[in-house]
Amino acid sequence: MSEWRYWLNEQRGTLMGLAIFLLMFAVYIANHPAGLTANVAQTAANKGVLFAFVAMAQTLVVITAGIDLSVGMIFILTNCLASWIVVGEPLPTALGVVAVLAAGMVCGAINGLLVIYGRLQPIVATIATGAVYFGLALLLRPFPGGSVNEDLADALTGRLFGVIPSSLVVLAAAVLLVWLPFRRSRLGRAAYAAGSSEQAAFMSGVPIRRGKFAAYTLAGLLAAMGGLFLTFFTYTGEAAYASGSGYTLWSIAAVVLGGVSLYGGRGSAIGAIFGAFAARTTGDMLFVFDVDPLWQPLLQGVVLMIAVSIGSLALLRVRNRLDWFQ
Amino acid sequence: MTTAEIQATSPLFRMEGVSKRYGGVRALENAKLDVEAGQIHAILGENGAGKSTLIKIMAGVVAADEGRMLLDGQDITFRSPAAASAAGIACVFQELSLIPDLSVADNIAIANPPRRFGLIDRRAQRAIAEEALARAGAEDIHPRAAVKDLPLSRRQMVEIAKALASKPRILILDEATSALTAGDVAKVFAVLKRLRSEGLALLYISHRMHEIAELADTCTVFRNGRNVASFRAGTRSNSEVVEMMIGREYSNVFPPKPPRAVIAKPPRLECRNLGWGDRLRDISLSVAEGEVVGLGGLDGQGQRDLLLALFGVLRGATGSVLIDGVPMTIASPAVARASRSAMALIPEDRKTEGLMLPMTVRENLSFAALDHVSRGGIIDRTAEEQLIDEMVRLLAIKTAGLDIPVGALSGGNQQKVVIAKWLMRKPRIVLLNDPTRGIDVGTKQEMYQLLRRLADAGAAILFYSTDYDELIGCCDRVLVLYDGRIVRELEGRDITEHALIASALNVDDGDRRGTAA
Repeated sequence: MSEWRYWLNEQRGTLMGLAIFLLMFAVYIANHPAGLTANVAQTAANKGVLFAFVAMAQTLVVITAGIDLSVGMIFILTNCLASWIVVGEPLPTALGVVAVLAAGMVCGAINGLLVIYGRLQPIVATIATGAVYFGLALLLRPFPGGSVNEDLADALTGRLFGVIPSSLVVLAAAVLLVWLPFRRSRLGRAAYAAGSSEQAAFMSGVPIRRGKFAAYTLAGLLAAMGGLFLTFFTYTGEAAYASGSGYTLWSIAAVVLGGVSLYGGRGSAIGAIFGAFAARTTGDMLFVFDVDPLWQPLLQGVVLMIAVSIGSLALLRVRNRLDWFQ
Repeated sequence: MTTAEIQATSPLFRMEGVSKRYGGVRALENAKLDVEAGQIHAILGENGAGKSTLIKIMAGVVAADEGRMLLDGQDITFRSPAAASAAGIACVFQELSLIPDLSVADNIAIANPPRRFGLIDRRAQRAIAEEALARAGAEDIHPRAAVKDLPLSRRQMVEIAKALASKPRILILDEATSALTAGDVAKVFAVLKRLRSEGLALLYISHRMHEIAELADTCTVFRNGRNVASFRAGTRSNSEVVEMMIGREYSNVFPPKPPRAVIAKPPRLECRNLGWGDRLRDISLSVAEGEVVGLGGLDGQGQRDLLLALFGVLRGATGSVLIDGVPMTIASPAVARASRSAMALIPEDRKTEGLMLPMTVRENLSFAALDHVSRGGIIDRTAEEQLIDEMVRLLAIKTAGLDIPVGALSGGNQQKVVIAKWLMRKPRIVLLNDPTRGIDVGTKQEMYQLLRRLADAGAAILFYSTDYDELIGCCDRVLVLYDGRIVRELEGRDITEHALIASALNVDDGDRRGTAA
């Protein structure tokens, strides 16, 4: 097998996520009354980026063979926090941004400690912490409100050179500065190894605990970036329970669409970004087809099912049935 | 004596009075071991004799309850496998320590990947991997291949390369050749001899006597957690060594083969022109009732695929299968198991395909036979108990109880549970995929007798083994596969090591021409 075949094999999940997104986005744009204008792209990007950050966060935890049911709540909590402190002059605003990101990391780190040292099942630990984070959000913002530095918000949700959505640039920066270094670090590899086979990783002397801890903590950071963007996008903070749960569940759908294995050890946050964009497009699609709002949740579910099925088409080619279970 | 003198006379590594208990079970008791540099030290013993515990302690996987270890005359303790690795002890584990989703290169460099600016340097890592693979004689493995896509024998070579990459002073090989083909074994032996001449200390654990005879300088025998004897290699005969291991007389490993009767009935299992992609080509074979037919050849020549195809696991297999002379379409394992064919497949990888490790012995045993002990969908508890008791007795499964997880049993006993699970269905056709890999002499012997008893009771047995001795000792006929085809059929006295190896390599063995490759 030549080099590029190995590359293709490694990137298969990500490329499948990209293909699904391109397909759905093409259908969306083809039926959009305005077509692909800078405005349409900007709106799609801003909504997609919120999802993308949460999906990246979920990816980090899923790679360790865990699952984070609190990502949506960290996202909401940091939104509420940002609506208090990312305000005023440039310096306080900058400090506010740093504090919001730090708060997200602390939330992620708490999840990590409970799972690694508390030996709790990730699913249970993060249901509990998710409830706590939402409770804190509610205390911060019993009613929707607050504000944000609008100059910063407009700059980051606007367009660069009139065409490129700046939210995409920030997302790309997060990939370059958070995801890629993590993936290529020793801790990142430890996270993958622990997710693939924790026993083999232990036998091989891999720093499993530190790798998992880094994954959970960075997941909190990425969820907080999402929370910041939500604030930039809405100019307010709101402790919306349904929104938090929705983001959590859709983040799991997004990572699967992006080719990340829920069994751990396989997949990339870049795939999850495409998965998130694809998941986001399912909602927009119903808008361009002018579907009765009453039918939207049902049809969105159907579109999601079709999208996930396309991703599992690869299984149809399996000739040795034991491969299904790998 | 001064410190210098102690160091001059003491071995590279010494273990004294080491004991380890798991719950109430004594795995190791007052064990001592001296390991010298520049020597290959063979450790022998049945499964459950304490060998695995011994090397787990040396490799830092578990901590000893009592006793001490000295490296270069200095007391040491390992708190983790990483600490043992840092001290220069590398281990090739029987239960592979490779991470399936990572690439070969990632796995080889896993303990300490090369870094540049804090990030893993993939180019340097690849160079390390290529060098280690070359040192192990496995240049055919691509460093970018995912470990999970490799067959077992290749994974084992990667495991060896990984141990070599850490540049150890003491290299422990635990059943490291159990899945290797004859060609690989020869390469690995050459590597081990070279390492010995470079001054490494090697601990070699194997159940294959001829391997130990070829390699070892010193042998230590363990039985029931104690070391019973240490001696220079070649000073004891094979049967003396085996007696030390099992503590009883060693005779007739293989049960006698009955003379073959001519049966007028159509064969129990027959397949004609079986094909599957380029992995199986035009395979025709038949197994009569009461017959044990072996599948030989190098690893990965289609033997495993053949068994899976017969068992209905592979999709798109062509050709026809006849059971008792009647054509039958075996579309899935469920059909294969059903009463008309009553097939059983004993898999190679008991951990993933044969057992549910966290579940109890009882649950594992009864799963495959639930329909035999239930009426109208309700499980008849008494019938279930009876059947399980019968199997535990028949196979002499050593377990602290039926309600402990299967994962807690020794490898040999796990394999017995897999076999018992299928025997409970009273199969008429038994397919075995290298069932004795990594299990001890005593259990093997029991398994050979069991196979023969099954055959005598009328079952047709198709048996793939990587161990030539087994094929010679157990089988009435042996079919040798090469590149997905049957290239040779050996029968009776013609089944010799020489004939098996020659036809496995698909070369002319002097009296007969092999089919062109």
